Amino acid sequence: MATASNIRPGPTRAASLEQGAFVWSVALADAAKAAALAGILGFFFIGMKTDIAGDGLVLSYRWAALGHAVLIVFLGRLLLDALLGKAAPVTTQMLTAGIFIAGIAGIMTQDATGGSLPARALVGAVLGGLIVAVLYGVALWRRRPAPARAEATRQARFAIPIGIALVLLALTLPFLITTFLPGQQRQFIDLAILILTYVMLGWGLNIVVGLAGLLDLGYVAFYAVGAYSFALLSTCFPFIGFWSALPLAGMLAGMWGLVLGFPVLRLRGDYLAIVTLAFGEIIRVVLLNWVDFTNGPNGISGVPKPTFFGLEFSRGEGGFADFFGLEFSTIHRFIYLYYIILALAFLTNFVTLRLRKLPIGRAWEALREDEIACRALGINTTNTKLTAFGIGAMFGGLAGAFFATRQGFVSPESFTFMESAIILAIVVLGGLGSQMGVVIAATVMIGGIEMLRHISFVGQIFPGVDPVQYRMIIFGLAMVAIMIWKPRGFISRRNPSAVLKERKSIGADLVSQGEGH
Amino acid sequence: MSALLSVEGVAAGYGKITALHGVDLQIHAGEIVTLIGANGAGKSTLMMTICGSPQARSGRVVYDGRDITRQPTHLTMRQGIAQSPEGRRIFQRMTVLENLRLGASVVSPEYFDADLARMYDLFPRLKERESQRGGTLSGGEQQMLAIARALMGRPKLLLLDEPSLGLAPLIVRHIFEVIRELNQREGLTVFLVEQNAFHALKLAHRAYVMVNGRITMSGTGQDLLNNDDVRAAYLEGGRRETAGA
Ligand SMILES: Nc1ncnc2c1ncn2[C@@H]1O[C@H](COP(=O)(O)OP(=O)(O)OP(=O)(O)O)[C@@H](O)[C@H]1O
Ligand SMILES: [Mg+2]
Repeated sequence: MATASNIRPGPTRAASLEQGAFVWSVALADAAKAAALAGILGFFFIGMKTDIAGDGLVLSYRWAALGHAVLIVFLGRLLLDALLGKAAPVTTQMLTAGIFIAGIAGIMTQDATGGSLPARALVGAVLGGLIVAVLYGVALWRRRPAPARAEATRQARFAIPIGIALVLLALTLPFLITTFLPGQQRQFIDLAILILTYVMLGWGLNIVVGLAGLLDLGYVAFYAVGAYSFALLSTCFPFIGFWSALPLAGMLAGMWGLVLGFPVLRLRGDYLAIVTLAFGEIIRVVLLNWVDFTNGPNGISGVPKPTFFGLEFSRGEGGFADFFGLEFSTIHRFIYLYYIILALAFLTNFVTLRLRKLPIGRAWEALREDEIACRALGINTTNTKLTAFGIGAMFGGLAGAFFATRQGFVSPESFTFMESAIILAIVVLGGLGSQMGVVIAATVMIGGIEMLRHISFVGQIFPGVDPVQYRMIIFGLAMVAIMIWKPRGFISRRNPSAVLKERKSIGADLVSQGEGH
Repeated sequence: MSALLSVEGVAAGYGKITALHGVDLQIHAGEIVTLIGANGAGKSTLMMTICGSPQARSGRVVYDGRDITRQPTHLTMRQGIAQSPEGRRIFQRMTVLENLRLGASVVSPEYFDADLARMYDLFPRLKERESQRGGTLSGGEQQMLAIARALMGRPKLLLLDEPSLGLAPLIVRHIFEVIRELNQREGLTVFLVEQNAFHALKLAHRAYVMVNGRITMSGTGQDLLNNDDVRAAYLEGGRRETAGA
């Protein structure tokens, strides 16, 4: 990939825009073209609607919605041209951003009662300009003269201290939360558990996608296998608890990883992505329709909670609190769950980091780079792929078992493609193959989605707008922005897996040469 | 004298294309054998067929007394054959050291340190670049790395596909010098596919000429160098180059 683009930079739109200056008439014509196309395509998808009437279907037209779509495409295209073409002066960028946001604001608030349209549009325009001004400031600041490769070395220098600080933070987090946020402790510990679950899933998928370079769009299938393994085992065999089911769930998921691995051994890239995507959906559809076995859409409830060496987190005699002479509190169970998922996540990370330094881990990374060269060096690419699939799936299964015990309930609804997409997004945004990147991306994404649930100030600026409804849009835009800003993810630096001790000091510096490939 | 590697009537190709039509070729232990031929003659295909991908459609490949015609590539590479493939195929994002470690995948780790030191002796440039990413090496350095990576597998038979491609004459001379040295000092058997016919034939004990998937000529390197047809087809450019040098 890197070399191909080096040899022949594709005449992409952005590149060609970069060469010429920003010309309003060209940009407007461009935007008009895009809008016209959107109008034609959108007419069928957005503009027409069928309703059920007394004697069959009636066709109705939704001109307003179509108009909005066309307007958004027009303004969006204009904005992209202005932002991606470097030659556009910042005033133009601010102006187009202002127009864009004003347009969106106008559309979003059309049904609202208060505030006249021009006033709302004006607020939007000012806001848009401000946002662009801030972005521009950041860009200028980032572009200030700095010693070469400063960023990479900075990343390298701080990696270890930051890692240690994060581990300490993770170990003490429940107590920090109960101490400093006593009112919302339940909510925050829950969020921390959720984030850690995604960190673990991200790390698991990182083995398959980040290290071995096998694009897997159906990772959620293994998560589902793990969750259902535990749920079914515990309901069929009452003596099976969380701790005994955990390794079984991991093994079963790992086995399914191999089952999926075999047929897709010869596939790469797009084809592999499609097949894994289908596999994820097949598992979900089976769970949904095999009612005798999985109870179908109703799911399985009553999945047992984890115990602490046989102690249940229940009120009264023989419970955890009673045994340790503590006052009973429901929060104990959440703190315990937090530590379980933390331990599982650490296990995933530890295993991955160890494997990376072993021949199999190096073979994964080599496989990502060049399969033919791997074979020419005597590496068994079949086994290499299968182990990547199997081990990645196993961690997905462990996370799934945890999910089941945390929820106490599993149903196919929890394992949609959206989950796979989020996990994959975490891996990609974090920087393929980077463990720390996964942590950052999971925190930003999962934490961010949760934060967006709570923003209320937008509703005050644009009356009638419920920001929660636009959560996924904002989220998507943020992801696009991150990919423009950091095309290789948050952490693009790769730690070499083999370093000779005495030369370590030069190592980090020279490795980072050619950053951005 | 039985051959270390013998290719007997091998036909191979890709899909409907047949690239090799019954190739016969022998490589004896301790020899440097060169294969020259025009672009698209099938030289790289022959080298890959020896390794097992694509597999031969008919004929046999026998190595060290064993029939390896249908053997999966990675197994063949564990029996003492190593390859520096066409286009070098360095792992771009991995460091020089990691590339060399991957080259040693098939040998026991106890040899690694000594082998690494030996590679750095042969190619001091690689030692300087140890922690640099493969993709950022110069073409010459990448070629040295590709050869060193293959040698890390402790081969008896080294297959080299156009090691001189795109390199300055000085570097080419260095690389050919290393090949000669390995052959003379350690008895390494080398099968060399080359466009740079003049140097390759001078280096080789024996050589073959391939045209359209068939071997049309063979003999000692010196024989072929003196052969008029070979000179006309493959050496005019080479002679001018050497005359100028
Ligand atoms: N993967 C492939 N799929 C289809 N055809 C191929 C493939 N690889 C090679 N060929 C064809 O096989 C024939 C022989 O190719 P080969 O690469 O062996 O030539 P070569 O002698 O190594 O040439 P060069 O000196 O240019 O490297 C060519 O006609 C080529 O187009
Ligand atoms: Mg070739």
